[in-house]
Amino acid sequence: MAQGWAQILVFLAVLTALVPLVGGYVARIFRGERVFLSPVVEPLERCAYRVLGVRPEQGQDWRAYARSIVVFSLLSWLALYLILRTQSIQPLNPEGFGSGPWNLSFNTASSFVTNTNWQYYGGETTLSYFTQMAGLTVQNFVSAAVGIAALAAVIRGFAARSGAQLGNFWSDLVRINLYLLAPLSLLAALVLASQGVIQTLDGSQTFHTLAGGAQTLALGPVASQEAIKQLGTNGGGFFNVNSAFPLENPSGFTNVVELGLMLLIPASLTSTFGRMIGNRRQGWALYAAMMAMFLVAVAVVYAAEQHGSPAQHHAGVLTRAFDGSSGGNMEGKEQRFGIAQSSLWTAVTTVTSCGAVNSALDSLTGIGGLVPLASMGTGEVVFGGVGSGLYYMLLFVLLTVFIAGLMVGRTPEFLGKKIEAREVKLVLVGVLVTPLLVLFATAWAVASPDGTASIFNHGPQGFSESLYAYMSQANNNGSAFAGYTGFVQPHAPGNGGAYGYDFANLLGGLTMIVARFLPMIAALAVAGSLAGKRVAPAGAGTFRADSPTFVVLLIGVVVIVAALTFFPALLLGPVVQGLTHHLF
Amino acid sequence: MNGLRKDLTTAAAAIVFFTLLLGLAYPLLSTGIAQLAFPGAADGSRVEENGRVVGSRLVGQDFRGLPRYFQSRPSATEYSGDVTYFHNLGPNSRELAEFFAEQLAAYLKRERPYDPGLAAAAVPVDAVTTSASGVDPQISLANARIQAHRVAAVRGLPVATVLDLVGAHAEGRFLSLFGEPGVNVLELNLALDREPGR
Repeated sequence: MAQGWAQILVFLAVLTALVPLVGGYVARIFRGERVFLSPVVEPLERCAYRVLGVRPEQGQDWRAYARSIVVFSLLSWLALYLILRTQSIQPLNPEGFGSGPWNLSFNTASSFVTNTNWQYYGGETTLSYFTQMAGLTVQNFVSAAVGIAALAAVIRGFAARSGAQLGNFWSDLVRINLYLLAPLSLLAALVLASQGVIQTLDGSQTFHTLAGGAQTLALGPVASQEAIKQLGTNGGGFFNVNSAFPLENPSGFTNVVELGLMLLIPASLTSTFGRMIGNRRQGWALYAAMMAMFLVAVAVVYAAEQHGSPAQHHAGVLTRAFDGSSGGNMEGKEQRFGIAQSSLWTAVTTVTSCGAVNSALDSLTGIGGLVPLASMGTGEVVFGGVGSGLYYMLLFVLLTVFIAGLMVGRTPEFLGKKIEAREVKLVLVGVLVTPLLVLFATAWAVASPDGTASIFNHGPQGFSESLYAYMSQANNNGSAFAGYTGFVQPHAPGNGGAYGYDFANLLGGLTMIVARFLPMIAALAVAGSLAGKRVAPAGAGTFRADSPTFVVLLIGVVVIVAALTFFPALLLGPVVQGLTHHLF
Repeated sequence: MNGLRKDLTTAAAAIVFFTLLLGLAYPLLSTGIAQLAFPGAADGSRVEENGRVVGSRLVGQDFRGLPRYFQSRPSATEYSGDVTYFHNLGPNSRELAEFFAEQLAAYLKRERPYDPGLAAAAVPVDAVTTSASGVDPQISLANARIQAHRVAAVRGLPVATVLDLVGAHAEGRFLSLFGEPGVNVLELNLALDREPGR
């Protein structure tokens, strides 16, 4: 375990060192300032404004900003749905895949436009290169940029001294894509391709193996999609088994690169926030709260996976580590990642809203599986999705300030601005929508035969699969206990025999859309209402939100809200399995 | 209403712009550069033997039933490189416990004749569990050291020679820190075929 912890801690130390660098860069992008890439990118940026017909300096209030987001996302959804439904007549389809069924396409379009990237389909058996590139890769970029843009607007509202303007959505969308996501993705794609992540337009290749059999390799433009899939906390794999597939994640090196890409932007945005409100300590306070909760998640999943599963112990399989063997629960894990890198990945991918996997989460131990469920259950505020994680966390910050204010009998303030009834109501809407959706959808799914048709495992694991499916979709994560089925995969070229389940695809798709946009609009409304408020100077009685006391209180509020909401449901699934050696 | 109409036209233009830039230019530029700079890696790291492609060094193969070769980890997908899925059985699954027991028995039956002291409690965990990808290219060092006895006996090579080959094909951690060591099965088996027999 000591070696494994060294891997984890060195990784986190490097990440922490990068946070102020990237955070500062993003702050310059948000402010519209020049950066080192400006000489190259500026012509393209001006071209984008001409094509879009927008004036970047024209401010929008929160309503206009939110409307632009909704309209853009709606048209994005239509464009993606259309691509999925007409795949068979498009180019770059070497395997000749047919078009997607309506129910699966509804789910997939909703999934990629909401930055969830939940996948009922298997990429290499259903989607053409054109769909992966012009459909999914585009949404990987722009849905991430929408989340980051919403955060930019929210921060401007918190920081504003007067007025009601939160910036211009179209300008934010263009700048975030051109200055942040695209250059970093290109760089990462080339690093990954140099290590063996494939990047080609050739169709699949069949050859005779050394043993005399035949093996067919699915190919495609993987590295370019992998880069933005991780960087934008998207998580939708080119291949069905995602980053476990060696041609998507071939080595310990690529694994660390892909892990870093997942955390880089969500972690750095705390620093961006600190800079833009003029209090870097506040940014670090939020980072500390997130890191503390993250470390607990890693520690629990790592210890649980190293211990091994009841199925292994029943069969008499050795789970102890010894020279030349990692030991632990290696079912559904890759040798090159072992227990440590698989556990670290599982925690990172579920505290962020990425959802890419490098191991089979359905085969995690009971307590190991509790960690991703609980991490998502916080509402994805521990780093979370790009942009969305921090604006959601800021709602929790206001809630904490409000509760602290009630306890000491003072008017709650944050950054010198009074938090009043309107803001608290909006915060509660934002914070409660997602958990309510999770519980409602899960209850419906396990109570109706249409929902239970998707379950693969017997016993409590079947319940865990259902809870995981709606937890993941409602929190726009996208990872899965993948036994849960919404689409019967075709096992031959073409789409023969494949069909989707109406219930799973529709309920999941609607959950993703509501849970993405309602909290986002609530956060924008809060920012709009804070923007015009007078800033009172800090006095002796001010409760400082950048202090260790506040960090502890904030963690307490996040844990209590998440724990009280999901504790009974978690008991029914993962906790039961973690406590018993019984087989089902 | 005017604002909404303006948003609709702007959004439509934005989708066209980003589809051309990020959906076509970006992946095609990545492909072009990767194909020029890293042709082997970007094409799937294919391995040739006597001028014939025999696989990818990154994708595990099925060697079952051939005792002269090192065996890959169990696969839920019959080692498919184009239809991938997980085994997906849960931690308390009876079916999974039975699967492990079968794998353990089969491993002992295959290896024990050549490694008489081998006990169930010495079989490394990667040898009886399915990988995530179904095509894990590696096995653990402990697994390779056990299999070396069989491979050496079947090929009439000294165990030390085979163990040397295992050592030569061991892949360590990145920067000696990140990841888990393992042995690439396909490359090891290719090296064995090149080794002159006695």
